[in-house]
Amino acid sequence: MAQYDHSDDSVIVIVGSGAGGGTLANSLCRHGLKVVLLEAGSRYSPATFRNDEWFAFNQLAWLDKRTASGSWRVARDFPNLPAWICKTVGGTTVHWAGASLRLEDYEFKTKTHYSGVGGANLLDWPLTLQELQPYYSMAEDRMGVTRTNDIPGLPGNNNFKVMYNGATRVGYQTVHTGRMAINPQPRSGRAGCMQLGFCFQGCKSGAKWSTLYTEIPQAEATGRLDLRPQSMALQVRHDRNGKATGVLYVEQSGQQIFQKARIVCLAGNSIETPRLLLNSASSMFPHGLANSSGQVGRNYMRHTTGSVYAIFKQPVHMYRGTVMAGIILDEARLDPGRGFVGGFEMETISLGLPFMASFLNPGAWGRDYTRQLEQYSNMAGMWIVGEDMPQESNRVTLNHAVKDQWGLPVANVHYDDHPNDIAMRNYAYKRGAAVYEAAGAVKTIEVPPYPSTHNLGTCRMSAKPGDGVCNKWGQTHDVRNLFISDGSQFTTSGGENPTLTIVTLALRQADRIASECAKRNL
Amino acid sequence: MKRREFLQKSAIVIVGTAVVKAAPAVGANGQWSGLRKLSPAQAQTLLVMARQIYPHPKLDDACYVSTIEELDAQAAVSPQTARLIIDGVAQLQNSTGGKFDRLSPEQQTAALEAIQSTAFFQKVRSTEVVSLYNNHQVWKQFDYRGASYPFGGYLHHGFNDLKWLPNPPDSASPRG
Repeated sequence: MAQYDHSDDSVIVIVGSGAGGGTLANSLCRHGLKVVLLEAGSRYSPATFRNDEWFAFNQLAWLDKRTASGSWRVARDFPNLPAWICKTVGGTTVHWAGASLRLEDYEFKTKTHYSGVGGANLLDWPLTLQELQPYYSMAEDRMGVTRTNDIPGLPGNNNFKVMYNGATRVGYQTVHTGRMAINPQPRSGRAGCMQLGFCFQGCKSGAKWSTLYTEIPQAEATGRLDLRPQSMALQVRHDRNGKATGVLYVEQSGQQIFQKARIVCLAGNSIETPRLLLNSASSMFPHGLANSSGQVGRNYMRHTTGSVYAIFKQPVHMYRGTVMAGIILDEARLDPGRGFVGGFEMETISLGLPFMASFLNPGAWGRDYTRQLEQYSNMAGMWIVGEDMPQESNRVTLNHAVKDQWGLPVANVHYDDHPNDIAMRNYAYKRGAAVYEAAGAVKTIEVPPYPSTHNLGTCRMSAKPGDGVCNKWGQTHDVRNLFISDGSQFTTSGGENPTLTIVTLALRQADRIASECAKRNL
Repeated sequence: MKRREFLQKSAIVIVGTAVVKAAPAVGANGQWSGLRKLSPAQAQTLLVMARQIYPHPKLDDACYVSTIEELDAQAAVSPQTARLIIDGVAQLQNSTGGKFDRLSPEQQTAALEAIQSTAFFQKVRSTEVVSLYNNHQVWKQFDYRGASYPFGGYLHHGFNDLKWLPNPPDSASPRG
């Protein structure tokens, strides 16, 4: 593994080692470029993961303080946990469930297609699905996505059997075990799935793709990666010409270090990336770095989500096997006749008993609630994931009243549902309940959204500098050697689980950075 | 800390399938030991409270003791938490004429509903929702097996053993 000097201004500094940062690091190293990868969290491995929900949560989740506001129920139930994402090498690819779907063509053009939706800050992406297709293919191959590249689907578990039977009985056509970055059989140095049932807790078999044990060790093998765990970025600094000069970060000991850089790429997730830009305000950039548009932190999206659980007369044992074991794709389409724009998927989900008690109805107590929990083994579950509307007022800002352990203002995450989000969620709840009733459910339970795992849009791509933070390559409009490399750059959220698109954008960005470096434009 | 240090009488510590009355016997106070901060009477009131917050008639008291253990441990290291809990117990007792432990389950629930928005109630509830449902004895009652890596995953241990619905076709769910 490489070790670069702090004054080496020929390195590319990447902040964050998840889907965006980890993939970008590997790709840049393969292009022959030198990379310093800063990761706030510690490095674990499948050997140190545990099939234990609360242990894993404390091991992997981002628990540094944040605050939440707005009318979303998460702000009330989890005021200091607006997001369930990770602080560890590999980022949230350690926690994700593996669903890998391409965005649809229309989802890149929402301003064009969603006319008449008021109160949404809609914008077409400055790129098209067609431009992304080759990179989607590369991403699917690297991640080993089932039902692509001749990789078969995963075998469905009990939770999927229930979903499949109900879905086909209500007339859904496209129902299968999904496109998952989980190996059914060993492939590309990763093992086959053991149906552990603990995808969210770090995959102990390593069957699920995570940058932790794919991209990052591959990058290390090039000899060009300097990975620095437990290194929390505090500030991106710039020179008098407005060019980024490097990143100030703090080690676990409290020691602050300034790492010089040729290029800086931010992939700290859609909460920490804008927070870092806002905390990097200077006399030249008084509203935060790369924020001449005022869009840094705005248009925060978290997908329209919710869950439906159903109780049956007979056992399901939904917790056995992959968490997202199957999907219904029929509702992932543009059809305003349903009373909303945008599409959604229904994907199986399960929680172990410890998390089910906390999330089935957060804050609930008493005998009515515990009667539901006593039906745990007879429950099946699905998660709704659909497109939510970008709104300028849904926003990550600095909360100056609350400081983190390093003395910096924490992020406040403000979210109000748009009427379109509510219409979609209510429709999806009904459809989910119909699926389970068709399979024989005796009771269905609508479960409110969990803390956000899909955090998107806070440094969005735009064709015009006034509309967003970065261009179609993720390069910020204001600072040419500063890139956004995570889900923050999404112009709109799409209805699909975002990881595949984040990886795709990172692969494409890496090629762009390499070619611009070769041309000495960067 | 060992959970069993909390209760001297082994009869109350028995865990598993035994069915125990929802309300502990009057006069159980003397059975508490090993408490670091809370008094036996305070611990007993918290136990009764815990049983009414997440009531499961089939679970015995020992399943709920871990919550009291956790609250006591936090009170021992944080004067603020100690004050919150001790004052909360005192107010709950005051509101019920000192008889909270001996009220009917319905009356206990009503007394708790009256304080459910207080920091004290939320402290007990949020501690309990973690400690109770993270208890392996409780898992057995709920037919939740938990970790599967030690025995090779659910791949060969029932991940697709549901028989009361037809199997999906291979095109939707390959047999693997």
